[in-house]
Amino acid sequence: MTMTITAQHIDIKKILADRGLDGCGRDIWTKRLGDITPAEVEWALSRQPGYYVLDRLLILVSPAAENYLEQMAQLSHQLTLQRFGKTVRLYAPLYLSNFCVNDCVYCGFNKSHDFPRIRLTIEQAVAEADVIAKEGFKDLLLVSSEDRSFISVDYLCELAGKLRPKFSSLSVEIYQMNTEEYAKLFASGIEGVTLYQETYDRDTYSKYHPAGPKADYDYRLSAPESMAQAGMREIGIGALLGLDNWRLETLALAEHAHYLMKRYWQSRVSFSFPRLRPAKDVDRSQFNLLSDKNLVQMILALRLCFADAGLTISTREPAHLRDHLVKLGITRMSAGSKTNPGGYSGSTGSVEQFEIDDKRTPAQIAAMLKSQGLEPVWKDWDSAFSETSPIGGPAFTRA
Amino acid sequence: MDELIIANRRFTSRLLIGTGKFSSSKVMAEAVEAAGAQIVTVALRRIDITNQNDDMLAAIDRSKYLLLPNTSGARTADEAVRLSRLARAATGINWVKLEVTPDPYYLLPDPVETLKAAEILVKEGFVVLPYINADPILSKKLQDVGTATVMPLASPIGSNQGLKTRAAIEIIIEQANVPVVVDAGLGLPSHAAEAMEMGADAVLVNTAIATAAEPAKMAHAFKLAVEAGRTAFLSGAAAESKKANASSPLTGFLRNE
Repeated sequence: MTMTITAQHIDIKKILADRGLDGCGRDIWTKRLGDITPAEVEWALSRQPGYYVLDRLLILVSPAAENYLEQMAQLSHQLTLQRFGKTVRLYAPLYLSNFCVNDCVYCGFNKSHDFPRIRLTIEQAVAEADVIAKEGFKDLLLVSSEDRSFISVDYLCELAGKLRPKFSSLSVEIYQMNTEEYAKLFASGIEGVTLYQETYDRDTYSKYHPAGPKADYDYRLSAPESMAQAGMREIGIGALLGLDNWRLETLALAEHAHYLMKRYWQSRVSFSFPRLRPAKDVDRSQFNLLSDKNLVQMILALRLCFADAGLTISTREPAHLRDHLVKLGITRMSAGSKTNPGGYSGSTGSVEQFEIDDKRTPAQIAAMLKSQGLEPVWKDWDSAFSETSPIGGPAFTRA
Repeated sequence: MDELIIANRRFTSRLLIGTGKFSSSKVMAEAVEAAGAQIVTVALRRIDITNQNDDMLAAIDRSKYLLLPNTSGARTADEAVRLSRLARAATGINWVKLEVTPDPYYLLPDPVETLKAAEILVKEGFVVLPYINADPILSKKLQDVGTATVMPLASPIGSNQGLKTRAAIEIIIEQANVPVVVDAGLGLPSHAAEAMEMGADAVLVNTAIATAAEPAKMAHAFKLAVEAGRTAFLSGAAAESKKANASSPLTGFLRNE
């Protein structure tokens, strides 16, 4: 008896495994990357940019393409200008807690690190948000480590209710939830979620996530789908750059994005580029840190394959680099960030998740954008969109 | 005088301007001025409609321009209706450019939800200008529920590809009882001229102007192109009407019978 394979059976786990992009095809892909020739790069650059084909992305992230970064940059700039105009969206992160049950080797909030932990009460979080709102922000990202017992779904919903009148867009970067929990967040006015796979390589994943709920690679991989099924409008994905070979991570990341875009066509997928930064008690020598050149190549390659994807860069990156990246395809950036809970109102003196590099104020970032002929966009959403829960609606049952 | 009439309001300009993608509100205002536009559309999601000092709103002189709020970003009829109501409550403006675009990448309009929203909004007294794919039947259905215009796309928004939907837009124009405003995808003044020559009543342009190196100059070029295209259309129409009234040289001899 033969089994019929239908589209429903093909999930991202299987796609990555079939393509060898979850680590099982590492040697083959590494060899293919090394074999790319200048002629192939020139061919890839002669194609119309903005469409995703795995083989073309492979060429664009290859070592051979490093000699074509200027051409890639010109194409990326043109494409971004056409699709997004002369604008860059600004947002601010608000860190709620640095208590954590996970043991991620690279993270300053790792549960085995010994430092005084801080959790913001709802009142404290609102006070932080007020400082952020005064700086002009309308787009707020709530961030927390895995601290479910305190930063619970109910906590987030209650906080969202208090913040909605002050911000036009609320999103979270927080521990993984299930579809029902994401739906609760959405109903409370949170319309975007960012969650990184960290690494798409299974062995590397296990190495860096030895314990805690986050140790389950497959469950982690299913998160963006849960967000889409819950109706989330913005789904941020990424790999933590520095854990594994960035070229292979980019291929897997793109497959993931492509899969989400085709299947959950009403949610916008955006990419972030978190590069490992120095953090308290974290030894950097064990990582595959990316050069600026590597980071730029990754950004350009993804833009040339995804014309309309949001590309986000945080204050992890240094000022001089960020000033240039806004012309290369980046469409959204944070400004004036504090990565320690309570950091905006300066009340707690707590430990940061990682050290930020670009320490300029939001006003300085806005001025930098204007000087480059770009409009800093503080508001690109409206809370009026988020009145109803789409659960059960026709758009979200097709998955 | 050749005027564009939408819902009993008269306009001498046939070039509508979208306000996204500009490098600043100042540059946008200069482009609107250079375009000679009288209708300016603003995404409700980009502005704080309740705030008089909103940067973009402040840049649009409401005594000179009709501010046309749009529902860009809405994925469903419900969302578009809710946004429209809020905009009207905050500003008193009852005109709305209806956009329901569930796909965040190509931003193509959803015909089912657009029709649903249009019906509700018209009943509530809105002047509805729906953004649609170039679909003649949908166009007729929207006119049946009472929209003030139809706004078929020339090609995907922001794509600058020009009139890819020409054949369908010709049918829409031929069958229309309301002004047809060609919206989205016009990348060059020549594209706008082509649409106007075909008989479109107006065009709406944003990306091609906003992302030009000199937006005000490009806006002026579009103004000239729209005027040229319109004039050509009117000249053509006159010639055609003359032809229809001409004596029939082939059968003229029958008059003697």
